[in-house]
Amino acid sequence: MILDLYKSLAKKGLLGINQRNADYILPYNARHRYPLVDDKLLTKRLALQAGLGVPELYGSVEIVRQVRDLPELLNRHTDFVIKPAHGNSGEGILIIASRIKRAYRRHNGLLISEEALFHHVTNILSGMYSLGGHPDKALIEYRVQADPFLETISYQGVPDIRIIVFRGFPVMSMVRLPTRMSNGKANLHQGALGAGIDLATGTTLEAVWQNEVVDEHPDTGNSVSGVKIPYWDTLLHQASRCYELTGLGYQGVDIVLDRDKGPLILELNARPGLNIQIANKVGLLPRLRQVERDGKESMTVEERVTFSQKHFGAVLPPQPAEQTTNHL
Amino acid sequence: MNRRHFYVLVAGLSLTGLGMFLFKFLVLGFPLTPYEQADVWDLEARITFEAKDKPVKISLLVPRNSHLVTVVNENFISRGFGLITRTESGNRQAVWSMRKAGGAQSLYYHATVQKAGVKEARPLKKPPEIVPHQFEGVFLEAATTIVSDIIAQSADIEVLIGGLLSRLHKEKPDGPVLLLLGKKADPLKKLQVAVDLLGLNNTPARVAHGIRLKEQGRDVPLIHWLQVYDNGTWRDYHPTSGEPEIPADYFLWWTGPGPLLQSKGVDKLHVNLSVSLSIDSAINALVDRGQILTPQLLAFSLFSLPIHVQSTYRILLMIPMGALLLVLLRNVVGVKTFGTFTPVLIALAFRETQLLWGIVFFSIMVAFGLSVRFYLEHLKLLLVPRLASVLIAVVLLMAAFSIVSHKLGLERGLSVAIFPMVILTMTIERMSIVWEERGASEAIQQGFGSLLVAAAAYSVMSLSYLEHLLFVFPELLLILLAGTILLGRYNGYRLTELARFKVFAKDPS
Repeated sequence: MILDLYKSLAKKGLLGINQRNADYILPYNARHRYPLVDDKLLTKRLALQAGLGVPELYGSVEIVRQVRDLPELLNRHTDFVIKPAHGNSGEGILIIASRIKRAYRRHNGLLISEEALFHHVTNILSGMYSLGGHPDKALIEYRVQADPFLETISYQGVPDIRIIVFRGFPVMSMVRLPTRMSNGKANLHQGALGAGIDLATGTTLEAVWQNEVVDEHPDTGNSVSGVKIPYWDTLLHQASRCYELTGLGYQGVDIVLDRDKGPLILELNARPGLNIQIANKVGLLPRLRQVERDGKESMTVEERVTFSQKHFGAVLPPQPAEQTTNHL
Repeated sequence: MNRRHFYVLVAGLSLTGLGMFLFKFLVLGFPLTPYEQADVWDLEARITFEAKDKPVKISLLVPRNSHLVTVVNENFISRGFGLITRTESGNRQAVWSMRKAGGAQSLYYHATVQKAGVKEARPLKKPPEIVPHQFEGVFLEAATTIVSDIIAQSADIEVLIGGLLSRLHKEKPDGPVLLLLGKKADPLKKLQVAVDLLGLNNTPARVAHGIRLKEQGRDVPLIHWLQVYDNGTWRDYHPTSGEPEIPADYFLWWTGPGPLLQSKGVDKLHVNLSVSLSIDSAINALVDRGQILTPQLLAFSLFSLPIHVQSTYRILLMIPMGALLLVLLRNVVGVKTFGTFTPVLIALAFRETQLLWGIVFFSIMVAFGLSVRFYLEHLKLLLVPRLASVLIAVVLLMAAFSIVSHKLGLERGLSVAIFPMVILTMTIERMSIVWEERGASEAIQQGFGSLLVAAAAYSVMSLSYLEHLLFVFPELLLILLAGTILLGRYNGYRLTELARFKVFAKDPS
């Protein structure tokens, strides 16, 4: 029974965590390049240099003393996001939507006092949200305005698009939609909805929520499959360029769509998760192998994106007519 | 990465290990099981003391041949000390002396003994002399009362001894017994009083001191037994019940009232007895049969180390087994644990506490540490002071735990002292972080996983057969290393992943 399960997963080309580490992360991701993606401040600078869109940085806090200067900085903006530079899986992110006198209103409508906000910043500095508890920096940046189109299929948060890029080739992607359960966060294990995206067209496929296939968003009731993601080609190009940016052979690129500024790169990940395969109901392995076999280092970004769109488009469900088989 | 290089390395390591193992087993005939030579034992007495730049004299009672055991071989390790052995009231005594010694010193007595297998001791030519009793005045009166009471109630010597011992061991001793024993009498004191009382009745008796020949033991306790002369031989009687018996593995070290160790001009005198089943001598017997190569091999084997160091290595050599198991459970099964080697270190602590108690202790300590950690969270401390505070709290709790359980008579609770507290502290810290970031269920799940792996590692690491095998054939570790390296390239699914991606497999496409 276990063996059958094992074999059927292997047949579908499912990438397991051991194989991801041994065959892709260890050989393709040089360790000295990790800091480029682990520190969001550094990633942002690199992306800006390369001319890629990122949420604008309003300022950063690196030592506890600087917390005193925060009001001056924050006064210039009505809405903003505070996040740890080394945070992982969306922990420690505070989204402020508006301001009422000396208090701030969060994206979910709750009020937070100025004092509590400053305490949150000191917590970030003390390394509460960073891997291994190392002292960290707090970033204050532009709050992304969700694209009105995508806003209808998410709950209290900005959907983010994850694209796995292997040696510069986008190989798989999904959109993660926050739900009430995930508390506005875009993490699948926290209850966000994940929908695979057809790489060729940018149209969402069936969605997975809590390991179940769903068609509608559990909170808004809107259909989540068959949605066309705007700026899809730009998204693929930006993701593909991240290879030159970091030099990491196997990475996950997280992009959000802003109402006014278009695609913005949120963060890069050197050890992207494997749940994307569930959302797409396709294994990563055949695609990774095809890139290893046919993808050339000399190809330009355009050529790589074309390659991916040609080979990694979704296999559309067969038409009913084709399903009938001829019996002899 | 060069695949050929990898496989050549793995094959080379396993072939070297296997080759050495087979050579030692087939050609040199090293024993594969621990029980093949169960009648030869290595004993060691390790004396440590601090000399004070004065003349030093240390005397230690050493075993002698008896009808039960033969001392096959013995040696004394004494750097710079003069050594004589002499016989002192029926016991052999080794005396080390030096005109001037200073600093911490250690002396070793090492003996190899073999069970002689003679059932009955030869009858003594004449009855032994009775050591004159020391009773005087009111004590003599009390002693006489006890003896005459017991004689009145017993028909033969066995009943007499049984009656005497049970009277001395009563929960609430009567007046005369209390007078002779004093308030807090240890078992040895009771035995010595019994010997004196028997002497008063003109029955020669003495206290025997010895150890149990267990498979492996460090710091083994002395076991005192009662011997009574009857009908030409010394007969053994159980020290509390008075049954005429003695454990089959009892090894007599010395007899009589004298202490094991006497000294002059030293401080902090301490003696530590250890015993182990002698694989070494079994191997020596093989050497005698004509294998020339072996002595060189043995000179550089683990057997050339002192016994207490050997005991340490018996444990250390099992750690790789635990590590391999850990690799299997983490990379093939996919169990989540705190820290990489934390479970193996916890498993080592379980060796002292036993599994069930170990799990109970560990859970209590972690639960307590977590509550301290959550409290400290309010104070917003920096990382290192916070860790240090948890560590201090953990040490305090360990001490409190030992004291309370000692008072309650649960001696098991004392073994909590060997828990690796730094590891405990780190486990608590990581658990609290996971608790906050991923929620309680994830934290408890990982804590449970750590305990599970520790329990599994403990079960493997306490297999005595495996312990023997790795100690006699440490080259097997090379095979273990090869296996671990091989697992380092395992890129198949983990068992837990199969469950995680189950949905994926169901899909017909």
